[in-house]
Amino acid sequence: MSKVEQQALVSCRGLVKNYGTGNAMVQALRGVDLDVYGGELTMLVGPSGCGKTTLLSILAAILHPTAGEVWALGSNLTALSTAKRTAFRRTNVGFVFQQFNLLPTLTAAENVTVPLVLAGWSKRAALDEAFKLLDRMGMRERGDHLPGQLSGGQQQRVAIARALVHHPRVLVCDEPTSALDHKTGTAILQLLRSIAVEGDRAVMIVTHDSRIFEFADTIASMDDGQIMKVERDRTAFVALSPPADAVPASASSQP
Amino acid sequence: MNWIALKMLMGNRGKYFGMIAGIAFASLLIAQQASIFCGLMLQTSGQVRDIGGAEIWVMDPNVRFVDDVKPLSDTDLYRVRGVRGVDWAVKFYKGLARSRLEDGNFQQTILLGLDDATLVGAPPNIILGTLADLRKPNAVIMDLEGYQLLWPGQEPHIGKRFEMNDREAEIVGICRASRTFQTFPVVYTRYSQALQFVPPERKVMSFVLANGQPGTNPQALCRQIEQQTGLRAVTQNEFAWITMWYFMGATGIPVNFGITVALGFVVGTAIAAQTFYLFTLENIKQYGALKAMGAGNLSLMGMVMLQAAVVSLIGYGLGVGAAAWFGQMSQNSGSKLAFYMPSVVLVGTGLAVCLISVLASLLSLRRVLALEPAVVFQS
Repeated sequence: MSKVEQQALVSCRGLVKNYGTGNAMVQALRGVDLDVYGGELTMLVGPSGCGKTTLLSILAAILHPTAGEVWALGSNLTALSTAKRTAFRRTNVGFVFQQFNLLPTLTAAENVTVPLVLAGWSKRAALDEAFKLLDRMGMRERGDHLPGQLSGGQQQRVAIARALVHHPRVLVCDEPTSALDHKTGTAILQLLRSIAVEGDRAVMIVTHDSRIFEFADTIASMDDGQIMKVERDRTAFVALSPPADAVPASASSQP
Repeated sequence: MNWIALKMLMGNRGKYFGMIAGIAFASLLIAQQASIFCGLMLQTSGQVRDIGGAEIWVMDPNVRFVDDVKPLSDTDLYRVRGVRGVDWAVKFYKGLARSRLEDGNFQQTILLGLDDATLVGAPPNIILGTLADLRKPNAVIMDLEGYQLLWPGQEPHIGKRFEMNDREAEIVGICRASRTFQTFPVVYTRYSQALQFVPPERKVMSFVLANGQPGTNPQALCRQIEQQTGLRAVTQNEFAWITMWYFMGATGIPVNFGITVALGFVVGTAIAAQTFYLFTLENIKQYGALKAMGAGNLSLMGMVMLQAAVVSLIGYGLGVGAAAWFGQMSQNSGSKLAFYMPSVVLVGTGLAVCLISVLASLLSLRRVLALEPAVVFQS
């Protein structure tokens, strides 16, 4: 099925986001149009401050745009109240954060249960489900460990398990490899890619790390609050490396 | 979400114990100081409560508390007896006498003169001797603490003699009495004997002790006595409270203790609120992540309030327990510390801790509720 025929899981039109007012106003997004499809891994790339994270936050129903429309899974997110957007996220969106954001006093398995607990599951049932998922990800034996006892790669796997445990159709990842070494980052990207393909999920990744572009199906290059180019040709991804000053020194060297 | 909130709380042991310590300290200080205050106030009215058998006290209308004796004339006794509904009424003497010991030392004592015929108002707990011995000439019964004050280091025994108003008094019994506010020894004797232990005055009767006929409402009878005699009549419990209120109003005791209690409250609130706020700040990204994942404000409020409630409950238990233990230990060790912990102190301390808990969680709640979930994307 061509992209023209396939229905986008998440799409936005004319997205504008302003921060502040008057002279202090900053225009983070200036009329962004984007379609994100199921079964694909879409990367948002561009220099720091270009609006990637703002766009990701709006597409994930965290932020409300100043103007424009966002449609996700058939719902107009811009028309939803704050409470309904919260409920939408709870059910349909999984999050993977740059610093993992695992609760440090909960075990790995307990961290994975959080979205289920938010959905009203009992602790016992949620833990059973969490261990099943950790088992599939080869992390079962680490389920009773605290995040502090896990390596960066293991923590990110736990974070991905947490993002998937409630079977969301949309997964948003903020710099998922920036705190990992290249080998671990590659493994994480392979995992995310398989998650996108196998579950027909829309996986959106904000990244500076040009070495992981090879895993993308679509790369949206941003600059100054606008999408400059949407590239679907894998052979062209190599040319999309961000400027050197946009890549943080730690991006590929942290353990 | 409750178990997540509790694991977040208890996993951060430093902050967890810090918050508990803050609230326990506040509870301890509030409960302990309030109990000492109650103990002191109880001492002021101890003599009223120790007078058994009579439910109504009749006195001069200008009497403000139990030690503020304004003598009545003997005819007042008959006027009280003449009130319809009064079953019986007897004389009661209360005054200060100067005792002279065998070594020549003098000591003020509280002298209580009981009705010769009935001995109404006798000490409730005689540990040596018998009440009947009070009918002997010059006989007195002294409280144990008073005895130990007059003759320190000596085992209490019957037959000890001393003088009051150049009259010899012989101890025929030792009793336990409530500790008095003035700490003077309490000496019980017959009314007629008491008049010989003090210099003569025209009017000597301090109070009339009375009881109503069976089925009579004591308060109503008091009003009846007041209407008919022009004297003041109150129940025993009312007189105890009148005495305590006098000391509360006329002395700086409530202010002094109130300052300490307020200090405990403020310090406890400051420690608990600051630690709890720091704990929340430390977890702000986690709260942001929870918000991003779909936790509503109500859920997060519930988490914060549960955490505050748990540390408050544990801190309250530890603080009040420590205060009670302190009181018990001081009493067991024979200390003269006034300590009485009624249930109202526990309730009051509990309310103060609730307030501390609310104040401590307000700052944190404000921070969590205002938190934008997008904070999780800020590195």
